[in-house]
Amino acid sequence: MIGIAFGIKLKVWGDYACFTRPEMKVERVSYDVITPSAARGILEAIYWKPAICWKIDRIHVLNPIKFDNIRRNERSGKIPAGKVKTAFKGGDVALYQDSTEDTVQRASLVLRDVSYIIEAHFEMTNCAGPDETVEKHYNIALRRMRKGQCFHHPYFGCREFPVQFELIEEEAPASYYHGKKEGEKDLGFMLYDIDFSDEMKAVFFRAHMVDGIIDVQKCLCNGGVS
Amino acid sequence: MSEIIKNRYEFVLLFDVENGNPNGDPDMGNMPRVDPQTGNGIVTDVCLKRKIRDYVDLVKSGNAGYDIYVKSGAVLNDQHKKAYDYLGIKPDSKKPKDEELTKFMCQNFYDIRAFGAVMTTEVNCGQVRGPVQFSFARSIDRIFQQEITVTRCAVTNEKDAEKGQTMGKKQIVPYGLYRAEGYISAHLAKKTEFREDDLELLWDSLINMFEHDHSAARGKMSARKLIVFKHNSELGCCQSHILFDKVKVEDLSHDLPPRSFGDYKVIISGDMPNGIELIEKL
Repeated sequence: MIGIAFGIKLKVWGDYACFTRPEMKVERVSYDVITPSAARGILEAIYWKPAICWKIDRIHVLNPIKFDNIRRNERSGKIPAGKVKTAFKGGDVALYQDSTEDTVQRASLVLRDVSYIIEAHFEMTNCAGPDETVEKHYNIALRRMRKGQCFHHPYFGCREFPVQFELIEEEAPASYYHGKKEGEKDLGFMLYDIDFSDEMKAVFFRAHMVDGIIDVQKCLCNGGVS
Repeated sequence: MSEIIKNRYEFVLLFDVENGNPNGDPDMGNMPRVDPQTGNGIVTDVCLKRKIRDYVDLVKSGNAGYDIYVKSGAVLNDQHKKAYDYLGIKPDSKKPKDEELTKFMCQNFYDIRAFGAVMTTEVNCGQVRGPVQFSFARSIDRIFQQEITVTRCAVTNEKDAEKGQTMGKKQIVPYGLYRAEGYISAHLAKKTEFREDDLELLWDSLINMFEHDHSAARGKMSARKLIVFKHNSELGCCQSHILFDKVKVEDLSHDLPPRSFGDYKVIISGDMPNGIELIEKL
């Protein structure tokens, strides 16, 4: 376990976001705030190696929570792998989706004008080589965040909602909810992350926001549910 | 075959619409999409990607390796087999691995190479994330949605015959200048083998996609400016929002609502951060 000294604070913001609730996935409904899993995804888009594993400590919700509804034409199915296999072997199949036949209209309830600060640190995994140091990974991550470099562009839940990011090296800006009555809010059970080591088991936690800040690790201590 | 792209890119596309509906909202009776909080017009990412797919299908139709996975309208069945015939599929590969299937799809389909696709397998793989990423396009100013009633002097049903004519509605935006922003990741390009000539085709399609999408609903739509930021490395040299801020659009129409591209001035700041090359494609 690495001390908090190796933590980072990353400000992330964007026009839209959709952190889809698993129970409402057909017509997507977003959670009120970013999930730790989505926050990890943003960090991994910037820097990740098998030797490290990002842990989300706290999430600051800087902007008021607002929703917006968008309905789009979407495809109803996925590419069946079997059909691809047939085509691969030279079989004669029509390998395409027809946008007039295969269309469904789905609404998404998405978040608007989001801005968060992700406080996170990373831990070394078993994949780390003997000469790999925490400092090395920490400095690469910091450099990328300062320069705006990324492996692929990070996004808020869906790829059409890109994330702008900036490393916060000083005091974090205050949340809209700071010192307000609605700044203390029980956000209910939220997805914490998917446990890939255990057959992709979903782990949930009871998210609690105080002064616009969700202390993820503290909430987890109150019991993660899987 | 050209090389896989080795640079990160961001781009800004400015396009406008005159007396047309750039993207109807199915929730609002096909009125042009509008951001209810600001009144600005919206064109979704998928709407723009649809046009790119249609353009590529049009110019590269029948060319091996440029098939389109998500087709629109009439599908000409005999075309795709051509695409996957040329690969020279090995007959000995009895049980292709998932990676081989993914690779096969990427090599054949331009839209999978560019945007990615989801393929179902038992495990969570066979999912390809493409290098090209779009956000929603928004109009520079608030748009004015107008509903125009039209008449048709013929009827569909016999029982309406005595009416002689039926009424219909058209939803239009008198004028709107929209700004779309996009991202291209060199790292994801490696995974789908998105090459330099694929990138050129993408720029071509962004410039020309509206030229082949004319219809009664769309009115007059044109791409006006395509500004590309090329980073000198795969990871990039600068935050994307800093680059996007280099392109500003000023409204010159003052008190009157803007009604043409001439009512706007596009200002592109010349001072680029180190390692960024600005390319004005249009």
